[in-house]
Amino acid sequence: MTTETTKKFNIDTVEHAAKTPDTELPWAELGLKQNEFDEIVKVLGRRPTGAELAMYSVMWSEHCSYKSSKNHLRQFGEKVTEEMKKDMLVGIGENAGVTNLGDGWAVTFKIESHNSPSFVEPYQGAATGIGGIVRDIISMGARPVAVMDPLRFGAIDHPDTARVMHGAVAGIGGYGNCLGLPNIGGEMVFDSVYQGNPLVNALAVGVMRHEDIRLANASGKGNKVVLFGARTGGDGIGGASVLASESFDDTKPSKRPAVQVGDPFAEKVLIECCLELFKGSLVEGIQDLGAAGISCATSELASNGDGGMEVELTSVLLRDPTLTPGEILMSESQERMMAVVTPENIEAFEAVMDKWAVEYSWLGEVTDTGRLIITWEGEVIVDVDPRTVAHDGPVYDRPFARPEWQDSVQANTFTGSVEDAGRPSAPSELAAAVTELVASPNMCSKAWITNQYDRYVGGNTAMAFPDDSGVVRVDEETGLGVALATDANGRYTYLEPYQGAQLALAEAYRNVATSGAVPMAVSDCLNFGSPEDPDVMWQLAEAIRGLSDACMELGIPVTGGNVSLYNQTGTTPIHPSPVVAVLGKLDDVARRTPSGWREDGQAIYLLGTTAAELDGSEWSNLRGHLGGLPPKVDLAAERALGEILINASRDGMVDAAHDLSEGGLAAALVESSLRYGVGARIALEELMERDGVDLFTALFSETQARAVVSVPRSEEVRFKDMCTARGFAHLRIGVVDAAGGKLEINGVEELSLDALREAHEGTLPKHFG
Amino acid sequence: MTSIPLIGEAVAIAAEPRLAGAKIGVVTFPGTLDDRDAARAVRLAGGTAVSLWHADSELGDVDAVIIPGGFSYGDYLRAGAISRFAPLMSKIIDAANSEAKLPVLGICNGFQILTESHLLPGSMIKNDHLKFICRDQTLRVENANTAWTVDYTDGQEIIVPLKNQDGQYIADEKTLDALEAEGRVVFRYVGFNPNGSRRDIAGISNAAGNVVGLMPHPEHAVETGFGPESLDGAPRDTDGLGFFTSVLTKIVGGDK
Repeated sequence: MTTETTKKFNIDTVEHAAKTPDTELPWAELGLKQNEFDEIVKVLGRRPTGAELAMYSVMWSEHCSYKSSKNHLRQFGEKVTEEMKKDMLVGIGENAGVTNLGDGWAVTFKIESHNSPSFVEPYQGAATGIGGIVRDIISMGARPVAVMDPLRFGAIDHPDTARVMHGAVAGIGGYGNCLGLPNIGGEMVFDSVYQGNPLVNALAVGVMRHEDIRLANASGKGNKVVLFGARTGGDGIGGASVLASESFDDTKPSKRPAVQVGDPFAEKVLIECCLELFKGSLVEGIQDLGAAGISCATSELASNGDGGMEVELTSVLLRDPTLTPGEILMSESQERMMAVVTPENIEAFEAVMDKWAVEYSWLGEVTDTGRLIITWEGEVIVDVDPRTVAHDGPVYDRPFARPEWQDSVQANTFTGSVEDAGRPSAPSELAAAVTELVASPNMCSKAWITNQYDRYVGGNTAMAFPDDSGVVRVDEETGLGVALATDANGRYTYLEPYQGAQLALAEAYRNVATSGAVPMAVSDCLNFGSPEDPDVMWQLAEAIRGLSDACMELGIPVTGGNVSLYNQTGTTPIHPSPVVAVLGKLDDVARRTPSGWREDGQAIYLLGTTAAELDGSEWSNLRGHLGGLPPKVDLAAERALGEILINASRDGMVDAAHDLSEGGLAAALVESSLRYGVGARIALEELMERDGVDLFTALFSETQARAVVSVPRSEEVRFKDMCTARGFAHLRIGVVDAAGGKLEINGVEELSLDALREAHEGTLPKHFG
Repeated sequence: MTSIPLIGEAVAIAAEPRLAGAKIGVVTFPGTLDDRDAARAVRLAGGTAVSLWHADSELGDVDAVIIPGGFSYGDYLRAGAISRFAPLMSKIIDAANSEAKLPVLGICNGFQILTESHLLPGSMIKNDHLKFICRDQTLRVENANTAWTVDYTDGQEIIVPLKNQDGQYIADEKTLDALEAEGRVVFRYVGFNPNGSRRDIAGISNAAGNVVGLMPHPEHAVETGFGPESLDGAPRDTDGLGFFTSVLTKIVGGDK
């Protein structure tokens, strides 16, 4: 360590840049293309300084600018009706969208990816994924109340999967558990397509009173700009290191971690501290520091405001005194926030910082020049129009085309394929198939993961994994609450991206409705391969088109989200994986419907009809087949089913409800039985006759818009009448059997719950200890 | 209608103004997580919760203190190792050891802080399986005579959530023997030892029985619909409420 307190850099000032137009700059190393660099020069009317180049390069990156997806993402804002807008208090574009919950309450939620850091360094990557999304929620003025994690890893038996899985789960737990936020659900999928590219997505949800909504803008000339939270260090700098040439001395550490390192305690304190600031109305605008650090925060705050901003970079508190101006601008050190404070509130602001022992430094102030000016010891190193950095980045119309292989993949249907040979039909074969299914990597119990997360903290968790959605109470007086579910099916989306994305939405919608909540809003995390590959770009374009069409049809708007591209190993992209989160509202969480039945003798109904849809199914996956077309999307049916489930919950007509999705009826029956260890007697003959399917298909088909429910005897007539009145297919398929300790399905050898539980819960511990 | 109780209903609170007069302090460190839950538990039990800040130098006129779970100062060193030096802790230690025997309950991180403060013997190390664990845990009440357990009966089994990373209780054999002999093992894990704790110990008390610490979280089992579930379907979600009614009864009853 150097003890030198003063450091000298050969500062590339704006003045210097103007005088030295021919200086070579490392724009290519920073990921900029020739046309992009030319554009920067044009915007500035001169070559950028090193610091400006650092800002533009990171803010114009795919991650920050959405340059490949922007043209397509517009559809989320365009395909919106007035009806869909009525509860949207803040739409796409802010840190997170805000939805009106009624009674003066608002809710904000967002899902984001932290994929590549989580592959490089699973623990910190996943941990800081949680940290980042939680700060997005705080930035809106909300108290975060829960998190969720959809995870996709490589093959369960690949040696590297254990490294990623252990690290990511421990990171999510290690960070999230320290924040006091219950983890209420998520997903877990194993597939070799994610081997070199695991998907670690993180969702956070927060609540606030309407009057507490905060936006990221810097307004009001003379207001002060403050940076608070953790100190700025050399972590997460990535490309900025090529700018190290601006440094004179060679005492700095040569290697800097590209992955940020999280400090959950600092984040927890930051949450409390921000909430106290909001409570006292002590900040005018606030922005978290995530990707692109100070570059992003200053340019976005200034761009969203009505004036400009002037900031002195040497005022930033540093963890590492050798950092260069460019590195300080680009550092992605965690647990930092930037705020705009009026001069009158400075004292009160500082008192809150002192109470929570949070470090802060005043960096500068809001101006009326319309320029973002950053100085280093008074010398101007950045002088830009903030809009050109934050909002007017390049936008590309990437070429896309339906892949040549799509037709042959879709023609390769599972039924009758080599992999379909020996399809189970005898009672013992079917029993073995059910057991194999529920023990399989994607269908097995996730308890090994979820037991490493705190689902209780806060005392408001009404439901969590393994129920269909996580339910959190918002208002203790009235019981008002929210339900959340995330879903995606990479195999479906690979087979047909337009439909696949819609199926993800349909499933999340169904999950929320199954728990009795009214779906209200959508957030999506679009995980795809390289947009420079026309095949992938087509998948992305189709998925966005499908998703936006389906949102319109279901009447729920997208309020925010994130796009993660370049998820591929070499030239092999992951399955297109649009992860869709749906948020719903429960007027009283007391009415939420769990996924398992408990009461002996209750009638079990299957809602919806079953077709022979095995392509892309978990069963075909177990047999190593991927081809054909995914299940048909029927959004009108999803809506009708949703209304039935919501009404049934509100009027106390069902005690348990579980949606049918991956693994079909077989998975749903086992999961509903294992939930409380209460079995059932099932007969599917009538269903098979009505729908013209065999027993295997009835059990393993993944036809959409279906759910199983258990109905108290006293409610049966009313429930049937409701389904009939709504013209929705419903069939009594069995009864709850509390005493038997088994799941009996006519034509399937008896399945004891103990054996099913052992199979279901044994898989993850077997692989991961 | 269903016979399963609805959740989120206001839990019946005995209309006992004398209980509401009892003030239970809930300590908040910067990294405390379950303070709101502990305060809610006190309210649901009929008492009045009073927030205490770790940096405060006075305890005020509270009748008992709860040190809730969390990560106090981040716990990067050793859980509770720094917290014991908080200004408020010295007041709590004095009051717990005083003639008046202030009832003190340490939950999870609070338990770790109590052992670091030497109000309770032994220590907590990382779970034997090295992972964080969150589960609905069955406990047996081994001593229903402490300030925090009088509303239970000896041998009663309760289910409360457990959630921690450093929950393995250890002490030397002599200490363990003494704890057993003096009836100071207050709770024991039943059915499954979730962390490798010596002799399945989940919670202990000091000799006077006014200071109790345990790893599981009774404050997460005080409200219908928001607590643990049992596999047999019987509602067990308010099994933890007894901790809080116990101390209120004790305070109001004027017991020592």
